[in-house]
Amino acid sequence: MNQFEEQAKIVRQEQLTPEIYRLTLKAPDIASNARPGQFVMAQTTTSYDPLLRRPLSIHQTIGNEQVQLMYKIVGKGTRMLSALTPGKTIQLTGPLGHGFDLAGKDAICLVGGGMGIAPLYFLAREILRTNKPPKCTVLLGARTAAELGPLPRDFMDIGVTEIFLATDDGTLGHHGFVAELLPKHLAPENKWTVCTCGPHPMMKAVVSQCRKQGDECQVSLETMMACGISACLGCAVPRSDLSGPYLHVCKDGPVFKADEVAWL
Amino acid sequence: MNQPDLRITIGDLVFRNPVLTASGTFGYAKEFEPYVNLHHLGGVVVKGISLEPRRGNPPPRIVETAGGMLNAIGLENVGVDRFISEKMEYLREIGTRVIVNILGDSLEEYQTLAQRLSEVEGISALEVNISCPNVKKGGVAFGTDPTMAEAVTRAVWAHSSLPVIVKLSPNVTDITEIARGVEAGGAQAVSLINTLLGMAIDVRSRRPRLANVVGGLSGPAIKPIALRMVWQVAQAVKIPVIGIGGITTTEDALEFLLAGATAIEVGTANFVNPRASQEIVEGIGRYMSENRINRISEVIGGLVLS
Repeated sequence: MNQFEEQAKIVRQEQLTPEIYRLTLKAPDIASNARPGQFVMAQTTTSYDPLLRRPLSIHQTIGNEQVQLMYKIVGKGTRMLSALTPGKTIQLTGPLGHGFDLAGKDAICLVGGGMGIAPLYFLAREILRTNKPPKCTVLLGARTAAELGPLPRDFMDIGVTEIFLATDDGTLGHHGFVAELLPKHLAPENKWTVCTCGPHPMMKAVVSQCRKQGDECQVSLETMMACGISACLGCAVPRSDLSGPYLHVCKDGPVFKADEVAWL
Repeated sequence: MNQPDLRITIGDLVFRNPVLTASGTFGYAKEFEPYVNLHHLGGVVVKGISLEPRRGNPPPRIVETAGGMLNAIGLENVGVDRFISEKMEYLREIGTRVIVNILGDSLEEYQTLAQRLSEVEGISALEVNISCPNVKKGGVAFGTDPTMAEAVTRAVWAHSSLPVIVKLSPNVTDITEIARGVEAGGAQAVSLINTLLGMAIDVRSRRPRLANVVGGLSGPAIKPIALRMVWQVAQAVKIPVIGIGGITTTEDALEFLLAGATAIEVGTANFVNPRASQEIVEGIGRYMSENRINRISEVIGGLVLS
């Protein structure tokens, strides 16, 4: 198993919006083994509150040395993480779980909502690097333009040309939900593979639209999780037929084929 | 000075050191192979096994609380047949003692499990989880009644050639009564404590944070309670006591040994730091060297009261 426990030194801590941060860490073992869609368990404090590490998707790797994470302050743990400054170290476990499956896919559409956009950037870079010619459409959604912050520009900077935006409040791009962009931008003459990550209702809408269009869909799920390494069994999700053993996000995912899991 | 001697004995079994891993926090050991030199541990206690596979509870199954976590996994496991055919081959090769935690809803289930596992090569001992409800006795947990605890211990002991460790529930008024019952039933050791029953509510939705409503509290938050119970039980029984409950650091482990535990199990700390168990082994060795302690037996029960 290519999993590592590393003492990772903080290289950069950037505040992108009032709530969103980008953290760059030196973690060579994790950086050189990570695949798009995989995650790390990140220590936020050496005290016991909060006790557990936080599962965070890998935003990108930089060379074979650095791992970049993007996270939003949602509670005590992420707030403590945001207070850490360059030179400090935290423990990281990773890379964990299964990433996106790109084998044999030619037309790929990435659909991200909110912080779910974080792992899709890593994925977009990989598609642009490996698919010849690269066919990668990116649809991004958030509540407001401010919440999208610099992300649309980041995708354009690496060479994504087909990028479309949606905001709940209409401050940028389509006024509405990102899933509503799918029918318009996925040309039916292509066989699309849709890779999505974001809030549950958003992904549910994306999955439903993909079914309608007959496109394959891969989803990256997020759950409560204590260990990230398949020991606690806390991250159970039901299978699509609601029977049989539960799937576990940390080991069977976090990326699943949309039809494997139940959309309740 | 020579290397300190960390070996401990439970029944006829000699363990390399007193650090084991708690059931349900260490998978079937393979999950920790990237992080821990498994042969450096005193032993591993694998995820609780029942006669039939169990699906476990619906999610959400875990919630973080101050200094700890609540879980209601619901004893999800692959069942004894798949455990033997799929997990034992690896466990036989890890170079440390393997203790199998078993659980059942009736005396017959415990007996059958004990019998089946006694025939399997590579298992050092059984740890009996008596926190499950006895379905036939109207759902009263085996672990909350001294007579029933004794009966289940005797049932396992009579049907197994393996040493029997019984894991006690702290959700009782007097844990020493249960410990005495288990000792009378033939247990070679007791391990304690299992999780404390707890609960958490989301005030916005007014719903419980666990689908199962209640769950077991573990982690540093429960350590003082666990330590007190271990200390009480160590005085109440003659068989060795294995201390469990919030052990996260070397100092935590030493506290339990001083309180009278012969060995300890590292639990929730494995989730927080996958290397915790090995770091505690190394830490105990360092503590002994620094304090010129030759044998771990000089630490066990070494609490000074006056």
